[in-house]
Amino acid sequence: MRGLSKTYPAVRGRRGAPGTPEVRATDGVELDVRRGEVFGLLGPNGAGKSTLVRQLTGLLRPDAGRVEILGHDIVRHPERAARILAYLGQESSALDELTVSLAAETTGRLRGLDVRRARAERDAVLEELGLTPLAGRALKKLSGGQRRLACLAAALVGERPLLVLDEPTTGMDPVARRAVWAAVDRRRAEHGTTVLLVTHNVIEAETVLDRVAVLDQGRVIACDTPAGLKERVAGEVRVELVWRERAPLEVPEVAVLRERAVESGRRWTLRLAPEEARAVVATVTGGAAFAALDDFTLATPSLEDVYLALGGAARQGLVRA
Amino acid sequence: MSVVPAEVLPGAVRTLPQTAAPGAAELGPPARLWPSLVAVYRAQLSRARVARIPLLFVATFQSVGITVMMRGVVDSGGEAQSVVAGSSVLVVAYVALNLLSQYFGQLRSSGGLDHYATLPVPPAAVVLGAAAAYASFTVPGTLVTAVFGCVLFGLPLANLWILLAVIPLAGAALAGLGAACGLLAPRPELATLLGQLGMSAALLLGVLPADRMPGIIRLARDLLPSTYGVEAYARTFGADPDWAVVLVDLGVCAGVGVVSLAVATWAYRRAAVR
Repeated sequence: MRGLSKTYPAVRGRRGAPGTPEVRATDGVELDVRRGEVFGLLGPNGAGKSTLVRQLTGLLRPDAGRVEILGHDIVRHPERAARILAYLGQESSALDELTVSLAAETTGRLRGLDVRRARAERDAVLEELGLTPLAGRALKKLSGGQRRLACLAAALVGERPLLVLDEPTTGMDPVARRAVWAAVDRRRAEHGTTVLLVTHNVIEAETVLDRVAVLDQGRVIACDTPAGLKERVAGEVRVELVWRERAPLEVPEVAVLRERAVESGRRWTLRLAPEEARAVVATVTGGAAFAALDDFTLATPSLEDVYLALGGAARQGLVRA
Repeated sequence: MSVVPAEVLPGAVRTLPQTAAPGAAELGPPARLWPSLVAVYRAQLSRARVARIPLLFVATFQSVGITVMMRGVVDSGGEAQSVVAGSSVLVVAYVALNLLSQYFGQLRSSGGLDHYATLPVPPAAVVLGAAAAYASFTVPGTLVTAVFGCVLFGLPLANLWILLAVIPLAGAALAGLGAACGLLAPRPELATLLGQLGMSAALLLGVLPADRMPGIIRLARDLLPSTYGVEAYARTFGADPDWAVVLVDLGVCAGVGVVSLAVATWAYRRAAVR
């Protein structure tokens, strides 16, 4: 069943400060997200992810197009969005001066819970995310990752069938990240919660997402499972070579490779067919080249390679962490 | 390198049902006005502990300082009454107008309004809750200033209770203005500037005795809502206060309060969904 469909032949033209040209932040985006799915929006900064999410949450009216969430038309009735979804934005300034506990409780009350339920859910969520020891501390006194976790706690108080999380794990340590994904998974397993995740972290995208849409300059350039996307570049292997001081260009095989490498200081990145990669590895692990080699890695393609192969304009901007 | 065509192409418009389709998900409950107002009020009050106490001291010292300064200028007649009343209400103007416009200005520019806008909370609850909290912040400072001023100028303390009406009513009028300024100003610096200007107006037009002002300034004084709070309080110092006029003054505050809070609520809606 496809319970959730969002269709935007949307064109968002926003005029920025005088002198800057009109920016099409989302350009005819069409996406269908299935119920109970963890769906990702992946792209570098400025790809239009946040704009898309703001349109989806009723915060920003699209110039054209339609958004439908679980049978409700959000463009016509933006006020319904708040009753279907919970949104974790990138800013915490509304909650910064509250304690973790009060931030969660107040958010629950504003989500329509009575005092008793808001407090019960607050306690459960803080416990689940390991925030109970920090409950009495003000958000602005916490570290970036802890603050992010507290904001997520606020977003999770008061159950919603759709969670829209804009880079939820930014700045978090691995323990906090695991707590986040465990909490999300539990809601999915128990309530069939759908999750829309905005990220520019490719490793996270590969591990937690069911499907992912790759955004570039306001357009969806691909939409598939992470594995399906990676199959598109399955014919390639990524070879990274790190030289000790400089590349041994006097070795003819290395000199030839230089033309195909993306150089970044002492690091060369090559995308090669598997048999070529084997030959390269054989070359650099023997003789004069090996003496100049500091490190090398051979990897199957990641979503980052997919993004580049699909013609993503930004060469940098995706994070591997 | 393989070139993969984009799977998703623009242009294919699908027809979707116009309203909630059959089988549409049940909506979560909306938050009702009073419970959410109380929740916002409580949250805002708790901010005072973290962030506002130094500013409340500033507000109080500023007003107390003005009464001391004016002690050398006016004698203890009718002018003294307006100095004490004016500097007491100045605390309200400083906190409700100036600080609230700064708060909303910053909240808007930093994207903090998104938090409230994605919750099913009535806009009036957010604005009224914040305004009520900021008006409450002013209570201690206003009382301290009033008592200090009365003692300094030898005025009676008997009708001090009128402040319990003056603070919420003048507070509503000024907090509404402050919130509207903060939410409508395109930049946070502008919101701060508007709040400061409003407070300066309340200072100059409220504390200085009216009968020494030129006509045009007096008109400006009549247009400022805090003036009516000042006058209501000043009138109660007399031996036999004219309570009907006091009531009219307070009524003006209340009326302006309703209007300015309605404007602020409208401004919030406008700022929250762009």
